[in-house]
Parts: sequence; structure tokens; C-alpha cells
Amino acid sequence: MRYIPHTEADVAAMLGAIGLRSLDDLVAHIPAALRRQATLDVPNGLGEADVTARLAALAAKNRVAPSLLCFAGAGAYPHFIPSVVDHVILRSEFSTAYTPYQPEVSQGTLQATFEFQTLIASLCGLEVANASMYDGSTATAEAVLMAKRLAPKAGRVLVAASLPPQYREVVRTYLEGLGGLESEEVPFGADGRVDLAALERRLTPAPAAVVVGYPNFFGVIEDLQAIAAKTTAAGTLLVTVTPEAMALGLLRPPGALGADIAVGEGQSFGIPLSFGGPYLGLFATRERFVRSMPGRLVGETVDEQGRRGYVLTLATREQHIRRERATSNICTNQSLCALAATVFLALAGRRGLRELAERNARKARHALRCLRERAGAELVFSAPFFNEFAVCLPNARVRYERAFERGVLAGVPLGQWFPALEDALLVCATEVHSADDIDRLAEALVE
Amino acid sequence: MKFPKKLRYTREHEWVLIEGNLATVGITDFAQHELGEVVYVELPKVGDSVTKDEPFGVVESVKAASDVYAPVSGEVTESNDDLVSSPELINDDPYGDAWLIRVEMSDPSELEHLMTAQDYKDYVEEEGEAEEAEETEDEEIDDDEDEDEE
Amino acid sequence: MSGADESRGLSLDELPLFERGSGGRRGYTLPLLAERERDAESLPAELCRDDLDDFPELSEMEVLRHFLRLSQWNFSAATNFYPLGSCTMKYNPVLNEKIARLSGFAELHPLTPTPAAQGALELMARLEALLAEVSGMDAVSLQPAAGAHGELAGMKMIRAHHVSRGSPRRKVLIPQSAHGTNPASSALCGYGVVPVASNDEGMIDPAAVAPLVDAETAAIMVTNPNTLGLFEKDIVRIAGAVHEKGGLVYFDGANMNALLGVAKPGHMGADVLQFNLHKTFSTPHGGGGPGAGPVAVKRVLADYLPVPRVVRGDAGYHLSDDFPKSIGRIRAFFGNFGMLVRAYAYMISLGGDGMRWATQMAILNANYVRKRLEGVLELAYDGPCLHECVFSDSKLEPLGIETLDLAKRLLDYGFYAPTIYFPLIVSGAIMIEPTESETRETLDEFIAAVEAIVGEAREHPERVKSAPHRTRVSRLDEVRAARQPKLRWRKASIE
Repeated sequence: MRYIPHTEADVAAMLGAIGLRSLDDLVAHIPAALRRQATLDVPNGLGEADVTARLAALAAKNRVAPSLLCFAGAGAYPHFIPSVVDHVILRSEFSTAYTPYQPEVSQGTLQATFEFQTLIASLCGLEVANASMYDGSTATAEAVLMAKRLAPKAGRVLVAASLPPQYREVVRTYLEGLGGLESEEVPFGADGRVDLAALERRLTPAPAAVVVGYPNFFGVIEDLQAIAAKTTAAGTLLVTVTPEAMALGLLRPPGALGADIAVGEGQSFGIPLSFGGPYLGLFATRERFVRSMPGRLVGETVDEQGRRGYVLTLATREQHIRRERATSNICTNQSLCALAATVFLALAGRRGLRELAERNARKARHALRCLRERAGAELVFSAPFFNEFAVCLPNARVRYERAFERGVLAGVPLGQWFPALEDALLVCATEVHSADDIDRLAEALVE
Repeated sequence: MKFPKKLRYTREHEWVLIEGNLATVGITDFAQHELGEVVYVELPKVGDSVTKDEPFGVVESVKAASDVYAPVSGEVTESNDDLVSSPELINDDPYGDAWLIRVEMSDPSELEHLMTAQDYKDYVEEEGEAEEAEETEDEEIDDDEDEDEE
Repeated sequence: MSGADESRGLSLDELPLFERGSGGRRGYTLPLLAERERDAESLPAELCRDDLDDFPELSEMEVLRHFLRLSQWNFSAATNFYPLGSCTMKYNPVLNEKIARLSGFAELHPLTPTPAAQGALELMARLEALLAEVSGMDAVSLQPAAGAHGELAGMKMIRAHHVSRGSPRRKVLIPQSAHGTNPASSALCGYGVVPVASNDEGMIDPAAVAPLVDAETAAIMVTNPNTLGLFEKDIVRIAGAVHEKGGLVYFDGANMNALLGVAKPGHMGADVLQFNLHKTFSTPHGGGGPGAGPVAVKRVLADYLPVPRVVRGDAGYHLSDDFPKSIGRIRAFFGNFGMLVRAYAYMISLGGDGMRWATQMAILNANYVRKRLEGVLELAYDGPCLHECVFSDSKLEPLGIETLDLAKRLLDYGFYAPTIYFPLIVSGAIMIEPTESETRETLDEFIAAVEAIVGEAREHPERVKSAPHRTRVSRLDEVRAARQPKLRWRKASIE
């Protein structure tokens, strides 16, 4: 087998050196009953050409652009990935490196991670960001757990009903069985934003945190300042969740508006859709909370000759030291995805990222205009949105299915999560959608 | 390795200085040596209460985070803020400048459970870990030094 | 053959991103706009941020050069031998990178309607079946993003099982030799940890386990082979002792590389286990992820698997949430799909014959290293090991050097260090897992390097104690990094 180098001569020589006669001798001490039952009912191995053919056949059974134009967002966003990103993450020195526990030979990974932490902290308007979490949903759950550590006497956490439904489910799963913390939902209003009066009513006794989207699941931009005013008055932490990280290139940073912890999904920064993973959880917070923060952290230091270098630091929070008292059980994170994001953000840069985010906002407004004019769609929520919006159409589901047959994935039907929005579709338009593509979207949805 | 005679000790390697109803608590020379260079200390606030045998704080080095356990119960009257900016004091002066908290005791009878310097030294050596605690008379007794610090 | 002083080469300096570039440079060009969309508006200004002042401005080539130079500072499994115990740093087939990038996989939106995602769902179903087969378990979920995530899912399922029987129970038995994620994951489910000691042979004694098990014991977490690379010969009895009191067995599958085609956890009493696809199943480590940590269960726990699950019906495959006893979702979508593609390609590349051969060669390599080093370093436990072997620091101490020093000096020879100071039960532990990918010649070079370093410790201990000497940076001040944390670049950083 081409991945395993041993020849008969190798095996014989090595067995000889060990003082054994056959390979079976190596496992003779394992109970025979176990060994007997261990036959693998799996076909023999294949060469590259055969493996490629089989996997290509599977890939061909999936429909992607251009055969299926994708206007779906809802937590995973179609964006363009510049060539340099993939070129860098294909480097074996990055992709097959281990976690940087031996920093002297991992400065590449460590410096890149330090750069990532800097960029994310800057985008979020907060002082410190970690080296990544699994995805936006688990980053949200970990933020809730962190809030509980910071406010151990609080018994509740308030979660906006306008957060992605999958994220809310993950938070519930994480809280189940932990005891001491219940999650309570805060409804949204007709404008698509958190109902401030409803929030106010729920702030006594003070919950551990209030968790809101920014933008939320509907693409709507919350009035963070108003929310922060209430959470500050109540003495509770504010956690923002950004499923579409591209928004941070344009919106006022959550930290500047009062967020104590900002989490999000970084898939939009150079990471392919890939049927839902691997993605990139973003996590940033204030400096004074850093010791309660989960996940790895890279810090700057010097070596014995005074050269600048980087190391994993504040590791005493983590599982390999604190064990059951750790801030999280996370070990492997999403390092290569974080690298992809760092390269992406470096390419876009100061002006490019802003222009890209603006382009997204404009594309979405052009798409809305076309849908209104030609497909009779109406905007569901009145508050401003970033690159995603909910529209209602009579017989939305039927039209969505017909559009699919016409080769257009016209967003995501909202009825599956919000029964009151049975006739609504959540549509996303980004820089990848040309004016022609958007025309096709509008035409595909015409009754 | 030092084991000042006028202090009392716990199995978790804390020391206690008793003055009237006030107990000053820190971690021992042995403890700081095991931990290595201390990078961070987490302490309770003035007014917090501590309970005998329950953890009240954490002392962290690069490779370990060690809970610190209360040798007696009571209310925290002072918390050593110097340790926030200079955690290395714990390595440099574990019995002096690196005291952690002062406690107004609620039940002085708890003191009966503490060990003397000799008992603690024996305990540490028994644990097999104190090979560096060489048997010299000077190290065993540090009365003179402590009296000066007072 | 390369000694520590034979290596040559330039390692070029490269400033952080923020100290490079110049105002106005860019590395990205937006697509053209059509006339009819030019007038579309953006967001109102009051919602928009000020400039991204901290962001760099670089041309495309500056970005490329920056990261290529950084890459040259890394050791990696592709370029260097990584004898890291417990990590299984085997060859990461380059073919799998190509396959994961096929547009039908890479560009597929997770909310694509099922008829248009049949290839992805079929791949997941086939991978589940393969994983169930190699482990002897009944059902699989591919959702967890990493081993620790899988452990969390597994412990939550165990809890759900007990809750359905009246009480979650309160404790989990965990060997002191276990990986730190084990107790951390248990704690996240609200369980207290009861440590289980290993005996003099480095194994768990069923007679020591039985008295610890009672009606409040939810589970025992075991790793087999254990973290010393030793097969827990009493695993069936240990599992039995826990099952007898209604507890369940969580099996940490991190060491599956020792078991493929040799023994199946499903026959050892495991009720749930997680796989680390980035270990046994060759997906690349990425410098710390992404990985994938699928869980496999026996029927007793199948109802609790995370949703959605891949289900086969008349119309093909689809994802179903219709499992009322499920512990729920543990992430937004269905798994680290890109890593699942790689693992699947790997498993069919190897096939049943190849997987068994991989395990046999992994065990052969580890025993070869064990035998050849047992005169040089002190073996922690006598007897045959499986895919990894553990040494203590007893032969290093008299020379005045520590495990850490040996590890750092090995870097000068171009070898990554073994896993050190784990498991905690061995003094100055040195854990070596060669994997089946390495040739005999590489192992001989590694052994020669260890011998040379031990010899050097006798003649020039200071050279070992101050290693590494030939790497990009020498030992870094970790105390300073922890006392004065600098976790992001700031202009004042340049001192």
C-alpha cells in the first residue's frame, strides 16, 4: 500500500530486532476472542484513479453553481475566495503542522494565529480574540458558559429569538444537564429587531447575559446601543452573535457599541461552503475577562536572545492542565480555517474589506428591488439589513420549489423554523451574484 | 527549603500566621517551588467569606493552576493587591511579602487541625517529593528572619 | 544521515502583517458592476463604522510572500518525523486535498434541498457504515467537530440515557492517565470525576474498579490501548463491573490506530466512542484543526444521537430531525464535511486490507523503537506495547537533564519532539508513536539522535539544556507571555 513503506525485508529485520517471529506475535497478548471477531468487512483498497473516479461520481450528484445558483445564506454564505487563500493553506507546512506546543518550530502557525487574533479583535472592536472555536453556534454556546462563569449567581440567560435557530438549539444542548442556568427567549418585533420592552421586562433579576444577533438570522441589524443601555443598567453582560462575518467590515463594531463578548461565524472569510463545515468560530472579549475565555490564545514574547516570538499562553485555563476545572473542553480548534481567514483579510485589507462589505449591501438592495418589481415580493421586516433579507410572496414554498427546478436556490424558506413566516423566504445576495444572476432569481420566482 | 517555626501549616501547603483573631494565609516555599514561576494569582475580595478546606483562590504558573484552600473559616479583611502586578513575589518571598489574604476567624478552634513546622516538614518529606529540603539546622528554623520582618 | 550540526539553510525574517505594506495597496479586485445595479444603495452612514484603521494594506504578492515565508518556519508532518504519542501523525494523503476541493463538495450549501445533495448525503452514510464496521458499533453521528466535541456528545448521550431511567447519576470514573478532555467533557455534563489509579503494570485493575462503582456511577471513561500504549487486558471485566451497576462505558477512540482489524471496541464493552479523524483516519492537523470527532454508539444509545441524522428512504438519502430522544444539535450544520470527505477517501484508499496492515505496521514500528531505545531511556512499563511506547526520565535525571531538554534538542536534529509530560502518571513522560507511515531508516535516524543527545548530556550537558540552537527562535519566555499577556499586535509592540 503506497502510504505504508514496509517491505517483507523491513518487517523481517524489525521483527528480528524486537526478538519476535511473526506479526501475530505483536498482538498475541490481546485476548484471542477479540482478535477473532475483528475481521473487517470492508472491500480491499484502491489506487488514486479509482478513488478519484468514485468520489467524483459522488460529487457529481450534488448541484452547485452554475447549475444551481445559490441565493441561500442563513448561516453559510456564498462568497468569492481569492486564489492566494487556497495556495497558502495547501502548503504542507501549514496544513500538516501539529498544534504549536513546541513553539520554536511552529512560529509560522503562531505568528499567523497572532495576526488572526489581531484582525478579529479589531473587527469586533474588542481587546482580545482567541485562536478560533468550531463554528458560530458553538462559539455562542461557549460565550453563554463564559457569562455563567463571570456571573455565577445568575440563573438565566436571555437569548434573542431572532438568533439562528440552529444556534439556539446548540445553546440549549450545551446547557442541558449543567444545572444552574436556564435559557429564556426574547421575542422580536415587527421590524425584525429585539423587542426592547420585552427585553426590559426580563432583565430582573439580572440574567448572566443577553445574547443578540448582529446582524441577526434575518439579516437585520439590531440597535445595539439601545440594547446595551439596558444591559448596562441591569448589570448584565451583552453578547453579540454575527453569523455573517462580512458584516463586520461595514457595521459599527459590537465592542464599540457595548458588547462584552462578540462571537460569530467566520466562514465568509475565505472558507468554502462545503456542506456545512469545517467552519470558523470567532470569539472576542474585553481584556479583563481574558482568563475566563475559552479556547487557545497566542501571545507575543521574546526568546533567550531577545528575538520576538510567539507562544501559546494562558494555557492554565485549558483542558490539558485544568482538566475538569477547565474553561472549556476544547482541544483541536479550526486553525487552518483561521489561517484562510487571515489570508483573506490580508488580501482584502483596510479598504478592500470595506468595499467588499458595501458591495454586499448594495447587491442585496438591488436584489430586493428586483424581487419587489418583478416577483411581487414584499419585505417582511422594516429594520435595516446587511446582505440578507426576508421577503414574503404568496405561495412562497411552491414558488421556491419551482425556482429550484429552474436552477435557482431562491434563499431559504423560513416556515420550517417560524410558522408565522410560512410565506417568507430568506434571501442572500453577495458580491458573487452578477446582475444577470439576480435577474434569474427574480424571474425564477415569478408566479 | 524553609519551614518557619512560628507558622502553622496545612496538608495543601498553605501557611497561617495567627495574631489574636486574625489569620494571615499564604502558600509555602515547597508549594511555590513545585509550581514554578508564578504568573497569576486570583484572590477573593475584602468582605468575602472563606470556609475551612474550601478553595478561596488560585495560584497559576505557566504549567499548572493550583487551588488555594482556606485553613480556617472567616471573613476576608485584606487581600494582597501587590500580587496582581507582581505575582513573582510568591516565588521570591512566600512567607513575607507574598501573603495572600488576612481573615477574621469565625471559629478559632479550627486552628487545632493545623500542623507545626516540624510536622509539615515531615509530611513534605514523607510525600517523597522534598529531596531538596536538605537537613540543615539553619533551614529548619527561621525564627530570627521572621522576627526581623515583623 | 543528518546530525544536529549538518543542517543548513536560511530562514528569512518576516515582520507581522501590520508592519508591512503601505497606504493604498490592495490585494483584491471586486467584480464589475452592470449599469442597472450601479444606483443600488448601501447602508445608512450612521450604522457604518469608521475606517478599519488597524488593517494592513498589502498587494497580492506581499500577502503571498508573507505567508510563504511564515510557512517555512514550521515543522510539519509532511516535512518532518513527528513521534508524537497519542496524536497519530501519519501521512496525510495529498489526493484527499484534491478530492475535498471538487466543486460538488466544496461549493455545496448546507441548506441545499436534499435531491440536489444526494452525493454528500451518500458519502456521509457510507462513512458512517465504515466507521461502525471498524469499531464494531451500531450507529454513528458525524456531527462533532473534534474529539473533545465527540466526547461531549457521548457524555451527553450517557446522561440522557440515565435521565430516561429516572436519574442522571452523579459520577464518572476516569483513569488518572486519561487525556484532559475526558474530565473536562464530563464536567460539562455536570458530572463529578472519580479518579481511577493504574496498577504497577500501568493498567486498570478490575478489582480496583468494582468498589468504586455504585448506583451513582453514570459511566467509566476508558482509552484502549491506554495512554501508555498498553492494551487493557481486563477491559471486558472492567466494562462488566460498570455495566453490572447500570453504568455505561465511554471509550476514547483516540488510539484506534492500534486496533483496526485487530480488535473492535464494540466487543470490549464500549457503549459509545468517539473517533479522531485527524488521527487514525489521516485528515491533516492544520496546525490545530479543523479535525472531526464522529461518535459511534451501541443500540442502547442510538436514540440519543445528535440530530439531524442521515436517513435512507425510498427517494434516496435525507436529513431527519425526527428523533425525539436525541440530545439535540451540537453545532449549526452536519459535521466538518470537508474532513469527512478526506477520511472517506482515505478509508476506501486503504480498504479493509490496508487498514489492518496500517495497524500492524504501526504496532511494529512502535515496538521496534521501544526495543532499540530501552537501553537508552527508561521504559515506563515492561511488556509489549501497541502503537506507542512510553519512557520516563529516570535515566536522564542523573545526567542533570530533563525530558524537556531532550525534546528541545531533538528539534535541532529535524525531529519534532515526542509527547512529553503526558500521561501524568509517568515521571517526565516521553511518549513515542511513530505511526505506520515512517520507514525503518527514519526510525533508525531518530533512535541515533536520541542516543547522541543522551551521550551529549554526559559530555556537554549545557548544550542540551539550552537547546534548541538551530531553530528560528530559541526557547521562548513563557513566563513573560503569561505575566504580561500581549495577545494582539499593537503599534507599541515594536520595541
